[in-house]
Amino acid sequence: MDSSIAIEARSLSIGYPGRNGRRRTVVHPSLDLTLFRGEVTALLGRNGAGKSTLLRTLCGLQRPLGGEILIESRPLADYRAGELSARVGVVLTERTQAGGISVYDLVSLGRYPHTGFFGTLGEKDHAIVREAMDAVGIAGKAEKSVAELSDGERQKAFIAKVLAQECPIILLDEPTAFLDVTSRIETMATLRHLAHTQDKAVLLSTHDLDTALQLADRLWLQPACTEEEAAGLRPAAPLICGTPETLIEDGSLAGFFGTEAIRFDPESRRLVV
Amino acid sequence: MNKNNHLWVYVTMGAALIVLFFFSLVYGAVRIPLGDVLQILSGSYGRREAWRHIVLESRLPQAVTALLSGGSLAVSGLMLQTLFKNPLAGPSILGISDGANLGVAIAMIYLGAASYLTTIVAALIGAAVVLLIILGFSRKVSSNVMLLIIGIMVGYLASSVISILNYHASADKVHQYVMWGMGDFSGVSLSKLPWLAVCTLAGLLGSFLLLKPLNALLLGDAYATNLGINVRRSRILILVCTGVLTAVVTAFCGPISFIGLAVPHIARLLLGSSNHRHLLPVTLLSGSCIAMLCSLLTVTPGSNSVLPLSAITPIVGAPVIIYVIVNRKNLHYFN
Repeated sequence: MDSSIAIEARSLSIGYPGRNGRRRTVVHPSLDLTLFRGEVTALLGRNGAGKSTLLRTLCGLQRPLGGEILIESRPLADYRAGELSARVGVVLTERTQAGGISVYDLVSLGRYPHTGFFGTLGEKDHAIVREAMDAVGIAGKAEKSVAELSDGERQKAFIAKVLAQECPIILLDEPTAFLDVTSRIETMATLRHLAHTQDKAVLLSTHDLDTALQLADRLWLQPACTEEEAAGLRPAAPLICGTPETLIEDGSLAGFFGTEAIRFDPESRRLVV
Repeated sequence: MNKNNHLWVYVTMGAALIVLFFFSLVYGAVRIPLGDVLQILSGSYGRREAWRHIVLESRLPQAVTALLSGGSLAVSGLMLQTLFKNPLAGPSILGISDGANLGVAIAMIYLGAASYLTTIVAALIGAAVVLLIILGFSRKVSSNVMLLIIGIMVGYLASSVISILNYHASADKVHQYVMWGMGDFSGVSLSKLPWLAVCTLAGLLGSFLLLKPLNALLLGDAYATNLGINVRRSRILILVCTGVLTAVVTAFCGPISFIGLAVPHIARLLLGSSNHRHLLPVTLLSGSCIAMLCSLLTVTPGSNSVLPLSAITPIVGAPVIIYVIVNRKNLHYFN
């Protein structure tokens, strides 16, 4: 097995099982994908394509409807919760109640998979927490409470939390949404630096095509499914995967984002009207 | 916030606890000189048997009851606020107190139970039924706000059943129940005290064992799961602990409102942090202090009458809640 492969999925069907009177919803019936270590992969797709659903499925927060996910060549279902938390870390868009704890406390929570029953931090843990805060440049705010941070700083604090978790795989759901241009690029650059220097597999969903083309090593283009495709009446469009250069050259990006009114211009690497 | 600040809070609250406890022994409806109280406590007092009796058999158990019950209710409130991610959650809001209340009402009115053991069991069953209903709905309803509203509705249902029971019951039984329903720390005699102590200390111990999941839950269910916390199991354990604490206190002292709701906010304001590592012990200390303070305030100076506890706790608790809501920046603990 290639040790650079972090996550692999074959004919993965994602969605929500029909339960408690709710209808079974298939978001995508068949995805094949491979996530590599030491790279930043940007997951792009229209609203409703199921980017969050895919991320949540890959980190075990929701079950796949079918197919197989291998985390470091071992089936996801074989992992115990405690084991998985030391392999895959997440940064989500979920609302938290973390406003009242200090940045240091927040980043310390990342040590939970590695600490004992009461979550007490040892000297080594404290060192890792400080290192994580340094790595994202939030160390100066360690004693501030999370509520006092700007959106960009808050995002960095959560990235520091996931770093303290020391997972080889990091999944981030729209980490740059709500950020100004500078913070957006800073955050992406930080993640890129971490992936390259610490050999982490970083997968993030984003709507920011510009930054993704500049700073991601690889792009995943997740298509939205029609009802017929979701029901399996027609073969669904696959997840398109490749480096930004390849996807620009072979016209995948143009095909993926282009509509009647908008087209992707390979020269300027931008969507134009 | 730095460590010195935490230490300062612990020292202050610890000192307040000792002062209030001591004050509870000295101050009461019957005026007993300080010197005599000290002599009674040291065991070398033989002059007035009545005074000795008042201090050791009435004031001492009442102070200990307030200390244990206040701490228990406050810790329950804190755990529920964290679990439901809602600053207005509390044992009395979620219908747990009402469930315990209904259990006791059925026991008192229909079984004619005067035994405190029956009362405890009835309260535990009542609280457990409400908890099971809420747990059952928590499988169907994922939103914690909806769950909170279901809790409130269940509470109303329980209250309404109690009213119907009262309507059909005989006058003396209703009177007995109504008196219990006023809430009172003085109903626990020295002989019953060990029961209360064992049950509440067990519940409090359980709460301290839940420190890690409670902190992880601050980040929400998904983050907590990703940190290796079994959210479903933690949620059940938290509800069991709060259920035991609330039911036991309700069985011994009657329904006591506002302590569970307001004290966690007071503790957050004191600490400036919602990290449970410090928030839980400080909430416990503050709950004990505030319950003893409320208990002291029920004594009207120069009169033999004692006000009902349920008249005092809202006076202390309600302004705190209004202050926290009006000063929205304090709500940042929940964002």
